[in-house]
Amino acid sequence: MSTRLSTHGRLIDRSQTIKFTFNGKWMRGHPGDTLASALLANDQMLVGRSFKYHRPRGIVASGAEEPNALVNMGKGPTFEPNQRATTTELFDGLTATSQNHWPSLEFDVGEINASLSRFLPAGFYYKTFMYPRAFWKHVYEPFIRQSAGLGQAPKDRDADTYEHFYAFTDILVIGGGVAGLQAAKAAADSGAKVLLVEQSSAWGGRAMVDQVDSETVNDTPVDKFVEEITAELAAMPNVTMRLRMMGAGVYDHGYVLAYERLNDHQPDADGPRHRLWRIRAKQTITATGAIERPLSFAGNDVPGVMLASAVRDYVVNFGVSPGDRTVIATNNDDAYLTAIILKKAGLDVPRIIDARPEGGGALMEEAKALGIRVDLGRAIAKVKGSRRVTKVQICNQAGEGGVLDEVACDAVAMSGGWSPVVHLWSHCGGKLLWDEGHAMFRPDGDNPPRGASGEGFVRCAGIANGAMDLAAVIADAHEAGKAAAKEAGFTPKRSKAPAATSRADAALLPVWLMPQGAKTELRAKSWLDFQNDVKVTDVQLAAREGFESVEHTKRYTTLGMATDQGKLSNINGLAILSDALGQPIPATGTTTFRPPYTPISMGAIAGEARGEVFQPIRRTPMHDWHDANGADWEPVGHWRRPYAFVRPGESVEAAVMREVTNTRESIGLLDASTLGKLIVKGPDAGRFLDMLYTNMMSTLKPGRCRYGLMCTENGFLTDDGVVARIDEDTFLCHTTTGGADRIHAHMEEWLQTEWWDWKVYVANVTEQYAQVAVVGPKARKLLEKLGGMDVSADELPFMGWADGTIGGFACRVYRISFSGELSFEIAVKASDGQAFWDALMEAGSEFGIQPYGTECLHIMRAEKGFIMIGDETDGTVIPQDLGLDWAISKKKEDYLGKRAQERSHMTDPNRWKLVGLETVDGSVLPDGAYAVGPGKNANGQRNMIGRVTSTYHSPTLGRGIAMGLVQHGPDRMGEVLEFPGTDGKTYKAKIVSPIFYDPEGEKQNV
Amino acid sequence: MRRYSAFAVAREALRYHSGWERAWASPEPKKKYDVIIIGAGGHGLATAFYLGKRFGIKNVAILEKGWLGGGNTGRNTTIIRSNYLQDPSAAIYEKSRSLYETMSQDLNYNVMFSPRGVIMLAQTHHEVRGYQRTAHANALQGVKTEYIGPERVKELVPIININGPRYPVLGGLWQDRGGTARHDAVAWGYARACSDMGMDVIQKCEVTGIRRESGRVVGVSTSKGEIDCDKLGIVVAGHSGVLADLAGFRLPIESVALQALVSEPIKPCMDVVVMANTVHGYMSQSDKGEMVIGGGADGYNNYTQRGSFHHIEETVRALIETFPMISRLKMLRQWGGIVDMTGDRSPILSKTPVDGVFINCGWGTGGFKAIPGSGYGMAELIAKGSSPLTDAFSLNRFKEGRFIDESVAAGVAH
Ligand SMILES: Cc1cc2nc3c(=O)[nH]c(=O)nc-3n(C[C@H](O)[C@H](O)[C@H](O)COP(=O)(O)OP(=O)(O)OC[C@H]3O[C@@H](n4cnc5c(N)ncnc54)[C@H](O)[C@@H]3O)c2cc1C
Repeated sequence: MSTRLSTHGRLIDRSQTIKFTFNGKWMRGHPGDTLASALLANDQMLVGRSFKYHRPRGIVASGAEEPNALVNMGKGPTFEPNQRATTTELFDGLTATSQNHWPSLEFDVGEINASLSRFLPAGFYYKTFMYPRAFWKHVYEPFIRQSAGLGQAPKDRDADTYEHFYAFTDILVIGGGVAGLQAAKAAADSGAKVLLVEQSSAWGGRAMVDQVDSETVNDTPVDKFVEEITAELAAMPNVTMRLRMMGAGVYDHGYVLAYERLNDHQPDADGPRHRLWRIRAKQTITATGAIERPLSFAGNDVPGVMLASAVRDYVVNFGVSPGDRTVIATNNDDAYLTAIILKKAGLDVPRIIDARPEGGGALMEEAKALGIRVDLGRAIAKVKGSRRVTKVQICNQAGEGGVLDEVACDAVAMSGGWSPVVHLWSHCGGKLLWDEGHAMFRPDGDNPPRGASGEGFVRCAGIANGAMDLAAVIADAHEAGKAAAKEAGFTPKRSKAPAATSRADAALLPVWLMPQGAKTELRAKSWLDFQNDVKVTDVQLAAREGFESVEHTKRYTTLGMATDQGKLSNINGLAILSDALGQPIPATGTTTFRPPYTPISMGAIAGEARGEVFQPIRRTPMHDWHDANGADWEPVGHWRRPYAFVRPGESVEAAVMREVTNTRESIGLLDASTLGKLIVKGPDAGRFLDMLYTNMMSTLKPGRCRYGLMCTENGFLTDDGVVARIDEDTFLCHTTTGGADRIHAHMEEWLQTEWWDWKVYVANVTEQYAQVAVVGPKARKLLEKLGGMDVSADELPFMGWADGTIGGFACRVYRISFSGELSFEIAVKASDGQAFWDALMEAGSEFGIQPYGTECLHIMRAEKGFIMIGDETDGTVIPQDLGLDWAISKKKEDYLGKRAQERSHMTDPNRWKLVGLETVDGSVLPDGAYAVGPGKNANGQRNMIGRVTSTYHSPTLGRGIAMGLVQHGPDRMGEVLEFPGTDGKTYKAKIVSPIFYDPEGEKQNV
Repeated sequence: MRRYSAFAVAREALRYHSGWERAWASPEPKKKYDVIIIGAGGHGLATAFYLGKRFGIKNVAILEKGWLGGGNTGRNTTIIRSNYLQDPSAAIYEKSRSLYETMSQDLNYNVMFSPRGVIMLAQTHHEVRGYQRTAHANALQGVKTEYIGPERVKELVPIININGPRYPVLGGLWQDRGGTARHDAVAWGYARACSDMGMDVIQKCEVTGIRRESGRVVGVSTSKGEIDCDKLGIVVAGHSGVLADLAGFRLPIESVALQALVSEPIKPCMDVVVMANTVHGYMSQSDKGEMVIGGGADGYNNYTQRGSFHHIEETVRALIETFPMISRLKMLRQWGGIVDMTGDRSPILSKTPVDGVFINCGWGTGGFKAIPGSGYGMAELIAKGSSPLTDAFSLNRFKEGRFIDESVAAGVAH
């Protein structure tokens, strides 16, 4: 069984006991435990079920590479699936449940898949489930989906908060083991600003387990060295150190993403749960260590089979023994350390099975001296047991698996060698080398990820760089720190790396399969990917079927696609693949390493921006007034605009009708502040606007306004608005509400890329003004009542503007109209907006003033046949389609879109053009309906000859009116078209002029 | 070719699957082919497949510089829908969607087409009107879609938040026969079928030159030597500009990175595909249980198959607004592909200035769904010089201004 020891446990605080539950059962642990160590201390080795075959799964590892120990954690708004027990720090009251089984962890009906596994090899689903056709959607797929998936879906809105940090540093060191500490120190000694991050909750990394008792740095024990260097770093003002912070991804230009878990271990604490750091570092050092490889033997997935390094981690760090009798299986010296530690802790190590005929070096002698039996040239033929290891069968490594011996045990510690953690190095293009001696990929220092200068911006240090023993690790890290400092523009201190001792290990023997000639029955039980249930035979099947690229094999077998992203399985898998293809491992290569290093929360990625502040809402100065006065809000761009001002007891539709009638008969007030206002200024401003607008703007006189159209290079109408010339050098361009930012950017793009030598500036002053449209036959009366500037037709004619005051407010008044009525658009300082609005409302009450919203505006403009960007246009419409030829200057040599508008399809007389549409029965045409002609096209679609672009009930005319684009429509006045609706009805409408109201324009020009 | 079936799998199980043959052959190139297709992505393979199937042209090689299906075909988020607005688009995408319905049976390879339904959310009045318009157009184009209200959206997607403070869901365009498929399987199924017809699928064979004589193609230079051909189809997505350059003409194409990501797998919680174009993100759940998430393309041109992280951030943020529960899931993996964007966001299926050279590209962010339809039409174009499915998508449209602009209907096209 697994249990808590009375010795060891350097990370736990035995003086305190904390309680947690697993599958509803109360258990105890200590502060400093991980959930995994605490589960083991409670003899809970079985922690989950595998993905495909639902096989029992136990804890395999002690860190980020763990594929099996994933649990549902928490409840309600703090529930989270797939939490890795090995990297979850225990806290009081933690609740965890195991995943992917029904009805329970011990008895899972899905386990049936395991006995059928022979019938469900890699990719079987590509070959089956095809007949009958309808069964995929209704039978097969629901079944597959239900049995796949791991944790439960969260149900509630997340109760936690998250935040983003930005950091700029000279040097970023990722990994706080001895290499990271030494590299950080060497770099920081140059005076460079250093940020050092470590994913776990303690400094020192593996050395604190592996080298503490045996080795020294500068003649001090390793733990002492770690303590000292950590304290030195902490005292340096140019060094920032963070625990529980993982380097998640390396991106172009030295951009690094790091993920800090602030409160996962103290969920009741205040503040954000996670913090995402966006770091710009001149140089990044990854000292990310290495991950041990499992061995591929039959039954290597039975709970109780663990990585040898993990077994000693649990003993040393947490005082937990995974098993009472642990058999060691290895192809290298390192695993002997586990045997020695277990033995010294008073546990039984009945056998070390070493695949190497010659065995190992000094560690082997030490183990033997402790009385541990070592079998050389041997392998595990098979592990027996279902929910827990019961014994191992031993065979010759060189053979096919004939059983020579059996050893009873309750745990197996395996080691297939180590693989440097090269993920971060590789994210942005760092290349790898195959190191034959240690049978591993390591960074190719000559091919780092390169920045804009062509120089590398990432380097690796320590075992992550392939340095295998302590002395080499420290020396390598020291050099990496100095080199990074130099590259970042600092002068490293002349210093030597601290001298460290080293273990003299015998060479490793690459063992990719145990035994070497394992028969099919054994290979079919030799697991590569524990979570996804990929076996040796699956990879061999993939190779046989022609999935020769490692990417094909990965996708066909799902090898390495589990939540550990192949941290345990990839190298073993591609060695099997290489063998099957008869090619060396480097010829097969690795799959691509993609961020993040281990999964990071979506909450952290999104950061603070959620809910109300997901995107900031822009508000006009009169926003609160609107809100208090019945505004039915409509999102327009980032703004909110009142769609209508609804009175108590009134429907929205009725409100709109009332607003139209009131504005046409007396007076209405529109908050037009959201309309874009761009100042274009400079000696070349006129020339610039001549290029941007289809109209001639340079000839506009100061004091006058002109309605202008803007097109894209492809000739399509993209925005419209009134341009006012303020003085010789200054224009104010109005844009649509949604268009302000877009058009500003459009102007800047042209100025910066094409006409960079023209003397023009553009400034977006949209928010500097509150703008109110005072509209209706009584508009002038109201302004005269308020008093101030002369707003008579003589002084301020239609399409003129003037500065002055009204009712004591400094303002600029534009005589422009989008409704067909007498209209003044009045801009005041934004800070005066509300007071000005109040003044208008108060003075206007005797004239029947009412505010109106966007829908009223739309109807009034449609009655007048004015087009609306986004309604009549959709990115495929040119001004000529809309009868706006009058706004296109014939005198200009060029403007954006001119050449495009001369292309053959643009001048085709058969283009769809703007018309008015009147339903035969006065009803309202459905929005977006198409008119059909006879017959079908070559692809069997109904021939369409036009469509509705805007459609409303007009209270003014008492009937439905619409605008539309119809194939050479203006030539077809009076024709009745048919519009099939999606409601099954066909609507009939007559083609008429688009100007339904006051065609002579008598009302606006008074 | 050995047929795949549950029975065959069971029989093989008895001998530990030792009897399965290669899914496709791995031949060396011949001296000459009637047609060479460059690019063994979905579109290249489907084109070859239909050349054989519809026109009996089987002396065909498909040349792939890496591994087949390793381009965007193997990187996309597999949304399949045909609720496009413009006639030519609706025609080719609907043809494609309907071919997906029977693809598993046609290829004897389970591509797991899952017509689970696709919703495009309307979150502004503008979008409401846009999708109502699309629904009208689709009805006349023979594409079955429906404009639905917010309650129906909630019914179909229980995990959605329809009352978000920022962009409440106002409705949606629903296509119940849209869905997803297994991307690799599409490439593999076609490769197997092409190989079975005697075509040569040649991987690790990069085309480095396009040989011409008096304005007509005669062959290609490759990393595996010179290969002659009568006709050449360039079907290389993000690298179309590079290949066109080799053939001596230019294309109105920009190549940019488009990214996607997946969460860790969870038990089924969303049965349909949801696209939220206003906030710019979309999500579906794979059969493995991962939430598959995508968003917008990077704003600058490049050929690295990586993207900038801020796009991931924007996408995730948008989707947390739409589906608050995903805040407590974790991102497992992010990746990118290089997509080929045209000015009007519609593809190019066309003859080119070089006689005998045809091009199929410009599918940009949304061409997975088009694979069978595009292959169907493209094969006809290569065989006969014209096809009703492809004619509108010719290169000439840029000269004539005959754009097929889909951005009208949806901000994000996937
Ligand atoms: C992140 C992402 C998400 C997407 N989501 C969707 C979606 O949900 N729905 C959808 O419909 N579409 C989606 N797409 C788009 C879709 O993936 C593509 O439009 C489609 O796969 C393109 O297929 P293809 O065959 O044209 O290109 P590819 O699959 O890219 O194939 C082109 C092939 O050409 C090869 N090649 C290039 N140069 C050479 C040469 N010189 N010699 C030989 N071979 C060469 C390449 O190696 C590659 O294999 C997405 C794309 C991405 C990147």
